[in-house]
Amino acid sequence: MRRVWQRGRFGEGLAGFSFMAPTMIVMGVFTVLPIAYAIFLSFHKVRILGEFDLRFIGGRNFWRMLADERVWIALQNTFEYVVIVVPTQTILALGLALILNSSIRGKHWFRIIFFLPTVTASAVLTLIFMWIYNSNGLLNNILAGFGLPTYNWIGDPSVALKSIMIMNIWSTAPLYMIVYLAALQDIPKSLYEAAKIDGASALDQFFNITLPFLKPVTFFIVVIGIIGTFQLFDQSYIFSAGSGGPNNSTLTVVLLIYQYAFKSLDMGYAAALALMLAAVIMLVTVIQRTIFKEEKLH
Amino acid sequence: MQKFGWVKLLLYLILIGYAIATFIPFAWALSASFKTLPEISSGNINFIPKDFTLENYKNIFTQEPLFGRWLFNSVFVAVCVTALNLLFNSMAGYALARIRFPGNQLFFFVILAVLMIPGQITLIPSYLILKNLGWLNSYQGLIVPTAVNATFIFMMRQFFVNFPKELEEAAAMDGLNRWETFVQIVLPLAKPALAAQAIFIFMGAWNNFLTPLLILSDKEMFTLPLGLNTFKGEYISYWNYIMAASMVLTLPALAIYAFFNRYFIQSVTFTGGK
Repeated sequence: MRRVWQRGRFGEGLAGFSFMAPTMIVMGVFTVLPIAYAIFLSFHKVRILGEFDLRFIGGRNFWRMLADERVWIALQNTFEYVVIVVPTQTILALGLALILNSSIRGKHWFRIIFFLPTVTASAVLTLIFMWIYNSNGLLNNILAGFGLPTYNWIGDPSVALKSIMIMNIWSTAPLYMIVYLAALQDIPKSLYEAAKIDGASALDQFFNITLPFLKPVTFFIVVIGIIGTFQLFDQSYIFSAGSGGPNNSTLTVVLLIYQYAFKSLDMGYAAALALMLAAVIMLVTVIQRTIFKEEKLH
Repeated sequence: MQKFGWVKLLLYLILIGYAIATFIPFAWALSASFKTLPEISSGNINFIPKDFTLENYKNIFTQEPLFGRWLFNSVFVAVCVTALNLLFNSMAGYALARIRFPGNQLFFFVILAVLMIPGQITLIPSYLILKNLGWLNSYQGLIVPTAVNATFIFMMRQFFVNFPKELEEAAAMDGLNRWETFVQIVLPLAKPALAAQAIFIFMGAWNNFLTPLLILSDKEMFTLPLGLNTFKGEYISYWNYIMAASMVLTLPALAIYAFFNRYFIQSVTFTGGK
């Protein structure tokens, strides 16, 4: 049998490379090369109008960020967005999954409805919400009907980012709910039965069995959630017609990168900003990993 | 027992409340797409249109003659991207899981590294590379860079690692080579994993906004999400048109979801931390 499989190392190697070839080419040209190129660009002043021109300027693009007010605004907006959206959507997802996992009828239908936002394009969701958020729109009408205060959801700088937060929590929580639901079903039933015999209450069971079991999934959900929220773009772009307004209140880091790269055509600086964002995301992920690991030791 | 009943009632109320909150925006958008402009602007909360009309759907195709083209572009790009990903990701995943060739470990490491790196880094360089290739405003510019996907290569590798070896060994005994084994034996048995992948890749390509925004400036080449955004800019308060156009963009994705619903849930589990 071995003889049949190993028609010589050479054949095996050739097969391996031929299977990998498309991936190697596409990833090489459109992922690996661009990463190196991005680092290269970030140390240059790039001119793309007329003749393509590069001028080495050392770390000046990076120093420039420190004094760039809009960078700080974008970072602050993005952080605020991450800090509110990630915990809220994670807890909401867990809550919904726990309820759906109990002996409830019609699970299937609830799941189908909850999942509608996940399969809808962000562009469509944003437009639907902009219409609902309209000053004369559905949401304000409902709020007024209950005698609650109404807001200028899109035009008021102190509210606009929160409007996007609400929309995105609403649209992403169900995806993570499904992930939690799958993890909940993997917890061995015998654990709960044993706990019941020992006289553990439902609350004890939740904290001593369910939560520890969900830890790896939660880690996954929070990491993906953080990466996703740091990359907020479509919604801000459509909400503000690309400006990040009103008054920079929906300006995110990715939107800022877009503006510098494709509106001001300042690609070197934009590349430096993209590297900064990547560094922030990776740093947060690493910090989070150590926190999760440490807790495991206790 | 009495208490238990109350708890259950509360749980149902929460679920139904959340289901309503999820459903209302869609219902409201759908109803607007069948309303006339005066009815839209009146600001009344009625989900059933007073003057039911199909004019909006007709108008978006006649007043925006490119709408049909955008629809075609979106379908074409999404289908090509999905087909290429299914083939290439499976090939790479299979090679990484099964074939011992020099650099196997290195490639796997590179794929893992790519998974960790946020996509924004590659935006600007990719744009410049596409520009150099003369691929801006082209189908290949939209399709080729996304023809493979590190996440799903990783997923396929995990799938093939757990795949029973005996079948392939039997195929080898029958004198099939690697390629024949892959196409005739392995791929047909990987259907669930492929279906899961197909849904996610299709949805991703269909809904993508950022990449088309960067590389397309020619209106004829726009995909639907981009067209929708332009459309919104042109018909700023014609929400009945905008909602009708939104529904056109949503329905194909919904149809696919309804069709693959079972696989969809499975696929989330697949990718979800396993």
